[in-house]
Amino acid sequence: MYSQGLNQPTEASADSPEQARFQARIDAEDKIEPNDWMPDAYRRTLIRQISQHAHSEIVGMLPEGNWITRAPSLRRKAALLAKVQDEGGHGLYLYAAAETLGVTREELVDQLLSGKAKYSSIFNYPTLSWADIGAIGWLVDGAAIMNQIPLCRCSYGPYARAMIRVCKEESFHQRQGYEIMLTLSRGTEAQKAMAQDALNRWWWPCLMMFGPPDSASQHSDTSMQWKIKRFTNDGLRQKFIDATVPQGHFLGLTFPDPALRQDPETGHWQHGEIDWAEFKTVVAGGGFQATDRLEARRKAHDEGAWVREAALAYAAKRQARKTAA
Amino acid sequence: MSTEITPLWEVFIRSRGGLAHRHVGSLHAADATLALQAARDVYTRRGEGLSLWVVPSNAITASDPTDRDMLFEPTASKIYRHPTFYEVPDEVGHM
Ligand SMILES: [Fe+2]
Ligand SMILES: [Fe+2]
Repeated sequence: MYSQGLNQPTEASADSPEQARFQARIDAEDKIEPNDWMPDAYRRTLIRQISQHAHSEIVGMLPEGNWITRAPSLRRKAALLAKVQDEGGHGLYLYAAAETLGVTREELVDQLLSGKAKYSSIFNYPTLSWADIGAIGWLVDGAAIMNQIPLCRCSYGPYARAMIRVCKEESFHQRQGYEIMLTLSRGTEAQKAMAQDALNRWWWPCLMMFGPPDSASQHSDTSMQWKIKRFTNDGLRQKFIDATVPQGHFLGLTFPDPALRQDPETGHWQHGEIDWAEFKTVVAGGGFQATDRLEARRKAHDEGAWVREAALAYAAKRQARKTAA
Repeated sequence: MSTEITPLWEVFIRSRGGLAHRHVGSLHAADATLALQAARDVYTRRGEGLSLWVVPSNAITASDPTDRDMLFEPTASKIYRHPTFYEVPDEVGHM
């Protein structure tokens, strides 16, 4: 998830015998491991996708971290702190998976901090009220779960294993968010209005998390053929909407989409037009919080530099002493 | 970009008493003490284990995947290594 299908199209031609053997292994649901032969394009696609995913987990700590000190109770504060810590953990599992493909952690971090790498556009939206923390857990983590569950069966072993760990932890994220929304929507008029406002602002950006419509995304075919991806963007988006709309109605809230209606035959919820121009602007770092997000990451990285340097210097000194003794 | 590379460690967890340590993932840390602390934070936030091992990744020697057939295929033909290869009359009972 979180990679939003920003990847460039890649060729997966099966012209060499290695490539044919590789594809046969994928077709047989065999997992590809770091030391196995793989086409360069498969490696590149995975490095880009896994690192974008990792960056998204790391940047994703910021909008929620913004509310830790202002959580309305100790219970909420402890939960939010644990959730944000989990997201940091998710970033670390994923960086480690990307590194098995031959890229260093230092390069990956540098790509994020220099603005070269992309991360999910959802984290460039601001968290304006406490209800946003509820909406993020319920909707953003809910969308993430939809995207991440099929990734547990991804053809690349280290990515699939990292996703299994991540998915185990996500359920708590979504439930604590929904509980916040439920409490607010059963509260005072002002609290209910706050929950409605958060849903109004987060709904469309969450639908965009699944990436461009299938008609406009060219890389899906190759990723599907390689079993990096199992469902199309539109397919996952539909699953998310179908699961989420009844949950919103249970809260007594409305969705900011006048065209939203349930197809009586298929049972699927049909949605209105998504504003893809906004999506492109936010992915490209335009408007909203993009500058703040990267600045916050750079500041944390720079201010932690002395700790990393001291730890390495101490380790080197101890090592030298051991060798001398 | 940081010029110095922080070493990579492999993390193993014993999930319950009586079970072996199992590989769960990897992490970066300057030394063994920090690697253990990081492993505790990154891999055991929900009671995943009772004991941790961290091993420098470069201390691991791995078999080459292209040698897989040479190393492991011959065992496929050695069916006499399995108990079911041997005939024991039913009257003898479970063995
Ligand atoms: Fe996450
Ligand atoms: Fe999450």
